[in-house]
Amino acid sequence: MTLVSISSNLLFVAFVCYLIATMFFGGAVKVSGSKTSASERRWGRIGIIVTIVGFIANLAYFITRWIAAGHAPVSNLFEFTTAFGMMVVGAFILIYFIYKTPLLGLFALPIAIIIIGFASMFPRDINPLIPALKSYWLTVHVTTAALGEAILAISAVAGLIYLLKNVDITKKTKQRFWLEAVMFTLVLVLGFVASTTTFSVMDYEAKFNYVDKEQKEKEIIYNTPPIFGMNEFEALTPGTMTPLAEMPSIVNAKKLTTVTWSLLFGTVLYVLLRLITRKSISALLKPFAQKANSQLMDEIGYRAVSIGFPVFTLGALIFAMIWAHEAWSRFWGWDPKEVWALITWLFYAAFLHLRLSRGWHGEKSAWLAVIGFIIIMFNLIAVNLIIAGLHSYA
Amino acid sequence: MNNIICACGHENPEGTVLCGNCGRPLTKEAKNQKLADMRYEGTARRSQTYNKSIIDKIWNFFSSVKIGITIIVAILVAAAIGTILPQVLYVPATTEADIAAYYERVYGTFGKIYYELGLSDLYGSWWFQTLIGMLGISLIVASLDRFIPLYKSLKKQRTKRHESFMKRQRLYAQGENILGENSLAKSEEKLKELRYKVTREDGALLAEKGRFARWGPYVNHVGLIIFLFGVMLRALPGFYVDETMWIREGETRAIPEAPGFYLESKEFILETYDKATEDEVFGEAIDRVGTIASNYQTDVVLYKKPEEALPGQTDDLKEVKKESIQVNHPLKFEGYSVFQMDFRLDELKTMHFKLSNKASGETLGDLAIDLVNPETSYDVGKGSKVELLGYYPDFSGFENGEPQTKSPVPNNPAFLVKMFTPETPEGETSFVAIKQTVEPLGDNEFKLEFQNVDTRDVSGLTIRKDKTLWILALGGLLFMIGVAQGSYFNHRRIWIHESTEGHLVVAAHTNKNWFGVKKELDQVTEAAQLPPYIDQHDTEGQELKEDGEKSS
Ligand code: HEM
Repeated sequence: MTLVSISSNLLFVAFVCYLIATMFFGGAVKVSGSKTSASERRWGRIGIIVTIVGFIANLAYFITRWIAAGHAPVSNLFEFTTAFGMMVVGAFILIYFIYKTPLLGLFALPIAIIIIGFASMFPRDINPLIPALKSYWLTVHVTTAALGEAILAISAVAGLIYLLKNVDITKKTKQRFWLEAVMFTLVLVLGFVASTTTFSVMDYEAKFNYVDKEQKEKEIIYNTPPIFGMNEFEALTPGTMTPLAEMPSIVNAKKLTTVTWSLLFGTVLYVLLRLITRKSISALLKPFAQKANSQLMDEIGYRAVSIGFPVFTLGALIFAMIWAHEAWSRFWGWDPKEVWALITWLFYAAFLHLRLSRGWHGEKSAWLAVIGFIIIMFNLIAVNLIIAGLHSYA
Repeated sequence: MNNIICACGHENPEGTVLCGNCGRPLTKEAKNQKLADMRYEGTARRSQTYNKSIIDKIWNFFSSVKIGITIIVAILVAAAIGTILPQVLYVPATTEADIAAYYERVYGTFGKIYYELGLSDLYGSWWFQTLIGMLGISLIVASLDRFIPLYKSLKKQRTKRHESFMKRQRLYAQGENILGENSLAKSEEKLKELRYKVTREDGALLAEKGRFARWGPYVNHVGLIIFLFGVMLRALPGFYVDETMWIREGETRAIPEAPGFYLESKEFILETYDKATEDEVFGEAIDRVGTIASNYQTDVVLYKKPEEALPGQTDDLKEVKKESIQVNHPLKFEGYSVFQMDFRLDELKTMHFKLSNKASGETLGDLAIDLVNPETSYDVGKGSKVELLGYYPDFSGFENGEPQTKSPVPNNPAFLVKMFTPETPEGETSFVAIKQTVEPLGDNEFKLEFQNVDTRDVSGLTIRKDKTLWILALGGLLFMIGVAQGSYFNHRRIWIHESTEGHLVVAAHTNKNWFGVKKELDQVTEAAQLPPYIDQHDTEGQELKEDGEKSS
């Protein structure tokens, strides 16, 4: 077995551990309703032990891949997103040891699982580094930034639990709608995983010629049936589906197709879930969140932000500036990825001030934490995929 | 100014919410609240005290956190809008007209509107810069407004507080004094173990720790202000050099904006990953993506002109150092940095021609024209010569019969020549380009035949000097110290009073992390058998929220 395949297997082990740990945390939360808090502690303890075992396997994945590649595995979308998922687990473990709440694990681990699952849908080969990335600042900057984001993500998890508990879902309110919308988005990510996996099992491939926005002829390969065709496309693979609509040159129809398939799969999944359980996802999860202490969740949410914010500032702004100064000759260039890091930072600064001086505790604070996570994920994924800048990875 | 005299006799400046001495609520509002607003210790801040002159109004405007947040959010939204389409900086066009055309061509009507609104250069716009300026002012004013009164009141806090102050603390306990005289002593012992600083004053105890955490926000704001100041400075001349230079292999050029320094390019190197020689782990990626560059490098020699040398004289340059400039590894000297930013491969350097007789094909001789410094006349030998009447390095066609050049870069060189041979002593005129020969004055007997070219690479380098870097670094460092100080440490206080009826009153406050202070209070409660405390926030969260919304 090569080091690379050992590394992949370790990641798989970590993934499975996180699944198992989630169930134990679920068990801990279930039993805690009765008076047997000793048994809650037992389930919770097993949960955290399995989580730590998974985390060690995850770290081992990271280190072995690092050794195999010769550089820290944070240089493409798969690697970076996986590292982020790992750090979410790390941040959870840290917070768990402060507050000892199994409930947090019940929600944090599935989020980490979804992130790692999502990451695995991208090309997983090891890239050699392009000249701009050849610097130890790559390691320093990216890992610190991801760690900061992961800690901030825990605040969103606490916020979500707070909302699940406190939003009244028996009444038709804006809050109920948006909470379910957040749940739906999570299901869409599963839709993406499901559609990508389905078509890659089928080995689907369709090749096209097209004309890009600089009027150059190019070739592109779709791995999903092409719903949308690129500008002036011309099919090269016989027997594949003809695109239903042609897109102008500024739209990447391949990515649009991927998004559309994820939407389709995700929506079907969501509708099925609702039909089978006859409940909204919020209602499905509410019984678990019901056991939460709102006060504690609010506190964890704030604590996570105040731990994560300095780390994020250091990694995503300060180290980033130092590196940009070395690599691109300027510490700041208004590149979209940079700007979105700044936006994230400003957002959390606003969060802290609102909380501190406007008294935005409880529900408002929980919503802000969730929005902050959405901004982080936007920067992590959408900016790379949609807005191409200097940071766009291979 | 009307001072407020508290029931305890202490004189407080107008605007004070909680008495600086005993902590009694002084305003009607504060008296009605079940929990005290402890944010600035209830001190009078300038913004809450004066509101008459225009300066007061401006001061109050900028000191409001509500306004501060509004500014932050405005910058956030503007920054996001600027990422919808690429900014002009990243658009492959230089003139205003080209840029306008680019946005419209590539992004259609939306692009046109985006450009017309000036959003394509959003970050350089006056209004965006104004927002940043307002953020700076807000930071300064808000910090000053709060820092001084907060500093004063934390410095001279009293150990003994009034009953009404204690009762309005979030963590509060009242009950039997089980250990009697020993309660305070036992508490003190435990609190000291937990590293509190304890002061006692007849029947009252104040334990405090982590007060320095309260200065965290002020330190980080000072850091931000210094950073913004540094950014502003670069607009002044002399603080900031940003130049580019193109240098060809073999060339020595003066470095722009770095007087007395010269750079010679020995070689430009472009390397790519090779599947055969590289580690096999990269195989798949190389297959998928194609060629992947591994290195861009210019090998240079840096020279300095001796002080006493005459201007323009470059033959006695002193070598300073040899270096390979790579991406991520700039050349550094005397505050300057030279970065590998761009390159052009295979620029034409020399063109080789052959002078021959058109009818017989007989060759009279060869000549090589240096495309950067062409000579006016070339001796071909055997009594023949070629004179260069005109040189068009980037030939783009004829206009009114005149050859035109697009740029001074030899992309498509063309020449107007006069050929002299023993047979044609008065000369024949010809226009020669790479793929084209024109004989403007009728048929010639001889022709200049293009043979081949020598090429070389050109490196695009950026030269930076930034005298503000240390200011930015200082600002960043202070910011980090400040946030760490404010985020990773908390200011905790515990008050314990013996009341006359043999009761104990306990109150505790922290600026954040209530979980932590509760754990410590639990330990003290156990050690000194204090009455069990309640968290008044759990039942009265609503009030606290409202009082937060009222003040800003
Ligand atoms: C992007 C800019 C800013 C950043 C990153 C920033 C950062 C911070 C941080 C980290 C804290 C501590 C929060 C906490 O402990 O939870 C804080 C507190 C504070 N900030 Fe800012 N701030 C910024 C802009 C401003 C502005 C424009 C104002 C002006 C109104 C302001 C006023 C305050 C005040 C009044 C406090 C509380 C101080 C205290 O309680 O002693 N900040 N700031």
